[in-house]
Amino acid sequence: MSDRELEKIKRLLKEAYPEQNEELRGDLWPEMQERLSQRTIRVPWWDWALLAAASAMTLLFPGVIPALLYHL
Amino acid sequence: MEELERFAAGDAEAFEYLFRQHQGHVYRWIVRIVRNAAVAEELTVETFWRIHRARARFDAKKGNFCGWMRRIATNAALDYLRRARPEVELPEELPARRTPEAAEQNELRRLIFAAMDHLSPHVRAAVLLALVEEEPYEEVGKALGISTAAAKLRVFRGVRVLRKELSKVGVRP
Repeated sequence: MSDRELEKIKRLLKEAYPEQNEELRGDLWPEMQERLSQRTIRVPWWDWALLAAASAMTLLFPGVIPALLYHL
Repeated sequence: MEELERFAAGDAEAFEYLFRQHQGHVYRWIVRIVRNAAVAEELTVETFWRIHRARARFDAKKGNFCGWMRRIATNAALDYLRRARPEVELPEELPARRTPEAAEQNELRRLIFAAMDHLSPHVRAAVLLALVEEEPYEEVGKALGISTAAAKLRVFRGVRVLRKELSKVGVRP
C-alpha cells in the first residue's frame, strides 16, 4: 500500500470522525466514590456449588453427618 | 512518588489524589477510542475501579504509573467495543444538515462506520488512535501492549480491510 493510499484513508476517516470535545464535563470523583461503596464480597461460583453439594448430601444421606463432623 | 507508594499500600487519600490528578487524562484517552462522551465517563470510572483493585500489583518504585493507567484504560475501552453493538448510527456531535451535499457526506460516513465494524476492537482502536488522532505508533503500541512494529502492522491490516470493504460499496479510497 502506498503512502498516498494511506493518506486518502486517513483523510476519509478524519472527515468521518469529527474531533471530540475532549474536556471532562465535571469531576467524576462522586461516581467513583459510589462505585467504591458498592464493593461487595464476591463468593466464587464453585464455593456455592460445593455448599449446595454438601447440603444435598446431608439431606439425602443423613448418616454421613457424624462422619463429616468427625473429619472436621 | 510518595503518593504512588501510599496508593499501592492501599491509602484511600492517595487514591483520591491520583484520581483527581489523572481523571482528565484517562477520559481524553478513552474518548478517542470509544467516540462517545457519556461512555468515556463511565469507562473512566471503570478504569480507576480496575486500578484500585490492582493496586497491590503496582510497583511504585519501578512502575510507570501513567503507562500502566493508559494500558488499563485501553483495555476497558476495548472491552466496551467488544460488547457494544455495531456502530450504524452517526456518532454524537455531528450537526444535523439537510443539504444534498450533507446527505451525501452523511452517507459516506455511514459507509465508513460500516467498514470500521468489520475490524476487530484491537485493530479499530489502533486505526483510530494512529490515523484519526495521529498518535505516534510507539504510543499506540504501548497502549495496546504490543511493539511499535506490531502497532504499525495492525494499522496497515486495518487499512487494507477498510479499503476492501469500502471498495465493495463503491467507495474507492
